[in-house]
Amino acid sequence: MAKADFQVPVLKQYPEIPEIEPGVMAHSSPFKSKPQFQAELGFPGELVDDWQSKAIDKMGDLLSRYRSLRVYLDSCVKCGSCTDKCHYYLGTHDPKNMPVGRQDLMRKVYRRHFTLAGRLFPKLVGAEELTEEVLGDWYSYFHQCSQCRRCSVFCPYGIDTAEISMAAREIMDHIGVGQKYCNEIIGKVYKIGNNLGLPGPALADTLEGLEEDVFDDTGVEVKYPLDQEGAEILLVTPSADFFAEPHVDGLIGYGKVFHEAGVSWTLSSHASEAANFGMFIGSYENMRRVALRIREAALKLKVKRIVFGECGHAWRVAYSFLNTLAGPWDFLDPRYPVPQHICEFTYGLIQEGKLNLDKSRNDDMVLTYHDSCNVARASRMGDRPGGQFDIPRAIIRATCNNFYDMDEDTIRDRTFCCGGGGGLLTDDLMEIRVKGAQPRVEALNNVMQEKGVTHMAAICAICKSQFTKVLPYYGMDLDQIVSVHQLVSNALVLTGEETDDEDEVADEAA
Amino acid sequence: MSFLSDVYAGLFYFAAFVLVAGLANKVIQYARTPAPLKIPTTPAPTTKTGVALRMTREVVFFESLFRGSKWTWIFGWMFHFGLFLVTLRHLRYFLDPVPLPIEMIQPFGIYGGIAMVIGLAGLWARRFLVDRVRYITALSDHLILALLITIGLSGLMMRFVLHTDIMRVKQFFQGLYSGQVFTLPADPVLLLHLLLVALLMIIFPYSKLLHAPGLFFSPSRNQVDNPREQRHIAPWAERLEQD
Repeated sequence: MAKADFQVPVLKQYPEIPEIEPGVMAHSSPFKSKPQFQAELGFPGELVDDWQSKAIDKMGDLLSRYRSLRVYLDSCVKCGSCTDKCHYYLGTHDPKNMPVGRQDLMRKVYRRHFTLAGRLFPKLVGAEELTEEVLGDWYSYFHQCSQCRRCSVFCPYGIDTAEISMAAREIMDHIGVGQKYCNEIIGKVYKIGNNLGLPGPALADTLEGLEEDVFDDTGVEVKYPLDQEGAEILLVTPSADFFAEPHVDGLIGYGKVFHEAGVSWTLSSHASEAANFGMFIGSYENMRRVALRIREAALKLKVKRIVFGECGHAWRVAYSFLNTLAGPWDFLDPRYPVPQHICEFTYGLIQEGKLNLDKSRNDDMVLTYHDSCNVARASRMGDRPGGQFDIPRAIIRATCNNFYDMDEDTIRDRTFCCGGGGGLLTDDLMEIRVKGAQPRVEALNNVMQEKGVTHMAAICAICKSQFTKVLPYYGMDLDQIVSVHQLVSNALVLTGEETDDEDEVADEAA
Repeated sequence: MSFLSDVYAGLFYFAAFVLVAGLANKVIQYARTPAPLKIPTTPAPTTKTGVALRMTREVVFFESLFRGSKWTWIFGWMFHFGLFLVTLRHLRYFLDPVPLPIEMIQPFGIYGGIAMVIGLAGLWARRFLVDRVRYITALSDHLILALLITIGLSGLMMRFVLHTDIMRVKQFFQGLYSGQVFTLPADPVLLLHLLLVALLMIIFPYSKLLHAPGLFFSPSRNQVDNPREQRHIAPWAERLEQD
């Protein structure tokens, strides 16, 4: 079991709603961004003079540009429906991690400066100035939100705390209080092309290694091309897919699927990152700048289609925002949606019967599936609402014999975040990550006990990294988390593959 | 009584003005503020008809609240549906002649009044009994509940205990349409009831009661899920593209 200098939550058989413990997570806040990271994103390097009035000005600016923010700050009636829905509240018991508690950190400042009632009777309506203490709370608690949108499902007005967290981070960035993890990473994307800072030659090297591995495994020459002009498909995938486990097994799977489909495809070193951390910090401008790299790569490589690899928040930006940020896509093949999810692509081939899948190759696992929050509640796959739940499950069922869902209250649009999304996947936030994972891990634990589940599949780079890291805190194995396309990769019998089955057939014939 | 009636007449002109102008101001503000990104909470409808249905389910049945908290839903829905019936019942004081459907709704309006008060009491109890809800409750939340419940109780009181001269009340409001001030009956319960209703109208556009128009403008509920099919772009974002 991993060592922790904090109390790891105890997993229960039935979920419990904890009593509030005010302030227990006030100490948790991420490392602050350094001036050089801030500058690259167009933000001041450190806390500016006159930061209070600059912050209020920025809030006013955002209120005039985002209807969501304005309506959400006005509409809350404090009904309490969201109070027991956030995984960070359930795992930490801190009431400022209740969605409404988190929103109120901004709402009280909004009321003081932008509403008549708050100007006239601040005490009555809970309006407050943006003091140093309140700013401290903002920095702590707006970095304890993974923007997973679970609260918005249960709010009678659809108030989405993610919108408020994003706005708060944008305001803080504009007064020089940025988060190191997110802002440093966005800088890397601008300079090198991906979050991990892997330059083109390193990518080429890795991909070559993958080709050799797959050849050794199967005897088939599956290509993993980089910067290949004129390819039909541009694959944009999270950079963790290039080397992290179990991510890379997913990437191997994508390549095999493209190979079997017989389409030409390529990765791009310029757009070697699917994730867009511009969303985490609520910066439209930075989000757009990151997204435009994909447009540039697509134009330069003269591709016809864009397909995204397994990544949750990335798929939100891709599915919901890419057309807005970097469209129109009139130079691509209009017969296909832009962009397409790799699961949509693979599912299509399964439907057409073009993939030879041997489910028994995954018989060493009993699987469950974790709906990644941003895929579940902020995007879609296929033509129908809910395709984002059905298509990955259909792929798993087509590639495995043993599959069980977790408790209904914890899947589909009620799924719990892994605990590491929204810009929290950094070691300086380990405590909140482990505690925030509790509701998901609890549901996983129950299905392990009841159904003998051994592995959980996911389609998000953050989920995969997060679970790899936090499962050991709960006494589980880090390799219990697998990629969906890892299952595809295992089960897929490539055309011309030398299999043991053929030997057996040959034996029988003899 | 005529001085007091003048005061009440002025109060209701003022309250009606604040309610209408304040709400119009807010609605225009919401409508003019762009929603730059597609953010419906998914799974979301892919057509406008689908969105209309989703919104109807939210407005009529409080679908999301039902999924979120059963107790809050029971009390909240009782209160709102009760208030709706009560409002319909009260239309007879403001319309002449009284339309048949309003005639027919009269007894249900009384049940509505009772349901409304029970619902409010339940909602208020939650603010004391559930620690999480207690934590998020501000003084204004208590005061709004007190205001609504007092309106409800004073209304029921006039129906069941201390009757007022309802025809003169109707005459008073009918008179306001043409700028005439008729005297109100000098019943303290009536005067309290009317005072609090006027207060409710005045605070409506400046309080959390804005959730009523807010719901219709909530992007997570009113947007069509079609970002890949249709490019969605706000005017201010379009300007970025020209740089």
